[in-house]
Amino acid sequence: MVPTIMKQGRWVPFFYLLPALIIMFIFIVYPMFNTFVLSFMDKRGTLPAATSCVEGEPCWGNLENYRYALTSNTMLTALRNNSLWLILMVPGTVIAGLLFAVLADQVRYEALAKSIIFMPMAISFIGAGIIWRFVYYIETGRGEQIGILNAFIVGFGGKPIAWLSTPPINNIALMVVGIWLWSGFCMTILSAALKAVPSEILEAARVDGANELSVFFKIILPLIMPTIVVVTTTMVINVLKIFDIVFVMTGGNFSTEVIANRMFNLIVTDTGRSMAIAVLLVVLTIPIMIFNVYRFRQQEAMR
Amino acid sequence: MNPFSRLNSFFNRLPVNLAIIVMCLIWIIPTLGLFITSFRTSEDVRTSGWWTAFSPKKPVGVKEYNAYCASCHGQDGKGVLKADLTDSTLLEKYPRSNRLLGMLRQPINGKPHLIIPELPQKPTDALELLTPIVTYMQSLNSKQGFVQSQFTLRNYADALVGYKGTQDYSTDCEQKVPSTLAKFKCRWTDLLNPEGMGRAFLNTIAVAIPSTILPILIAAFAAYAFAWMDFKGRMWLFALLVGLQIVPLQMTLVPIARLYVNLGLQSTFLGIWLFHTGFGLPYAIYLMRNFIGSLPREVFESVYLDGANHFTAFWQMVLPLSTPAIASLAIFQFLWIWNDFLVAKIFLSSNPVLTVQITNLIDPRGGNWHIMTGAAFLSFIIPMIVFFAFQKTFVRGLLAGSVKG
Repeated sequence: MVPTIMKQGRWVPFFYLLPALIIMFIFIVYPMFNTFVLSFMDKRGTLPAATSCVEGEPCWGNLENYRYALTSNTMLTALRNNSLWLILMVPGTVIAGLLFAVLADQVRYEALAKSIIFMPMAISFIGAGIIWRFVYYIETGRGEQIGILNAFIVGFGGKPIAWLSTPPINNIALMVVGIWLWSGFCMTILSAALKAVPSEILEAARVDGANELSVFFKIILPLIMPTIVVVTTTMVINVLKIFDIVFVMTGGNFSTEVIANRMFNLIVTDTGRSMAIAVLLVVLTIPIMIFNVYRFRQQEAMR
Repeated sequence: MNPFSRLNSFFNRLPVNLAIIVMCLIWIIPTLGLFITSFRTSEDVRTSGWWTAFSPKKPVGVKEYNAYCASCHGQDGKGVLKADLTDSTLLEKYPRSNRLLGMLRQPINGKPHLIIPELPQKPTDALELLTPIVTYMQSLNSKQGFVQSQFTLRNYADALVGYKGTQDYSTDCEQKVPSTLAKFKCRWTDLLNPEGMGRAFLNTIAVAIPSTILPILIAAFAAYAFAWMDFKGRMWLFALLVGLQIVPLQMTLVPIARLYVNLGLQSTFLGIWLFHTGFGLPYAIYLMRNFIGSLPREVFESVYLDGANHFTAFWQMVLPLSTPAIASLAIFQFLWIWNDFLVAKIFLSSNPVLTVQITNLIDPRGGNWHIMTGAAFLSFIIPMIVFFAFQKTFVRGLLAGSVKG
């Protein structure tokens, strides 16, 4: 509560709030409505979407762009890939981050080891894409393999693999880049939660004869569960919006398309469809938005 | 301490140490590869992996040379007096395999140049075979002997000026290659070439600094109101803000782009500053409000008893006390903007920032890895410095709030 002595006039708060509110309104709230409206328009965003229907082909009237967003082959691939990213990359980053946080906690060079895992967070996704394009590079001519992964395979007598153009392996290859990028983020937050677990509880359990595994799964894990949930929801958002990695590494070709990349590719050529995809993206994030607000209200109630 | 217990504890910890070290290696090798490659010559990059950079170089083309040329020209290239392969004036006529092929297809003394073994009929096959031979002949001629790999900064020069020719920028300037002179002046002003990373670097700085300061300043005011002022709908408005934090950026691109066209703000720095401010605000306000709100209320009560009003309390007390939060936020926002690609690609395409410029330099066939790696590293320098210098502050910011995206 604000101390009574600090009471102010009715309008004073708005002088402090106004610049922020105006800018957020112009750049976030208004465009959301506008995007929603545009998603019912045609290619150029001037006529109703129904005008872009072709005689004799399925059409959803003014929801035509949503027909594209939900049923076209490219978008089905994108939706399937985003689901794959969700299923594989979110647990991948959280588990890798947790594992490393637990391991690094036990050694003296913890800070150094954690910096190394965390470092990819400092660089751009585009830069990371270049780093990994080089790792996955395949020399198709007679020259030597200069990508380390294929050099490794050839060194053991195998045949080089076109990592980025062979489905479904290319999707996995892209997700590895995502895990490489984001594990450090998960590790940092989970590591802070681990350190906050009171050591007395752990000592007591060990004295009672619990082994390390059951200490971890029965005591530590439940205690840091709230943090795991926060990290997971953040990762879900990140994965839904995944774009740069795919854009720079495969451009969404070879069935690696994702929602955000499709949206970007259509921005100029077909505004209506692009906006319908943007709306779809927002709809997918709404459950997490609600969850975050709910969690925030709970926290505030506890203050 | 008993020496055995120490040894014992080391062996108990061995799996843990091994796991950590292996994971760290996996994490660092891709970046290390890029870093080392950025200092290798384009020839080396094309013909051998970066992990061989420190070992003596395998001579290229020995096998091919021995099969086709050594029988007449000899191991050292001096076998034919009229065609001494170590003679640089002769070699300069055949800088590439296609020239060499042209010459080899000509008869010599009325007989075909090559009889046993014959060159492959298909030109592409023949050229592929001749490339290592050209390299080998050049190594015969070279005084340094090509045995040890050389490291160079030329890739960085190429990336900085945006050189796209077939040799490298410095060599072209020395040899006064016309196509290069048409585009470059071979002076420091080349760094400002719109297609180069040097110019992109400046553009990125011009985008990142105002886009970091502006939202934090505006957010501080709003955060103060949310934390220490009483008004109707305070909680409601703030809950909305929490929701806004994760609105996907994609949602707003087209309407804002259209707005900018009408206002004449498209492809201007002002336009991108404002956009980043808009998207930075929800998270910045959230984080600042949590920090300012946790300052002890007794401090506020006492300054108010001394006659302060909201503005003096904010300006003279809250802002200085919020330095840790501001620092975390600044680093966060700065890195976010420095590394942004999507917003810059759409709103500032005429003045490409580093991330956009890198994608402009990509050669889909993978022929310019030496430049790409240099370019990528140029874009990493500043964020790496910021990251390692302020890692603690960065982590604090990460932990203080949820995370923007």
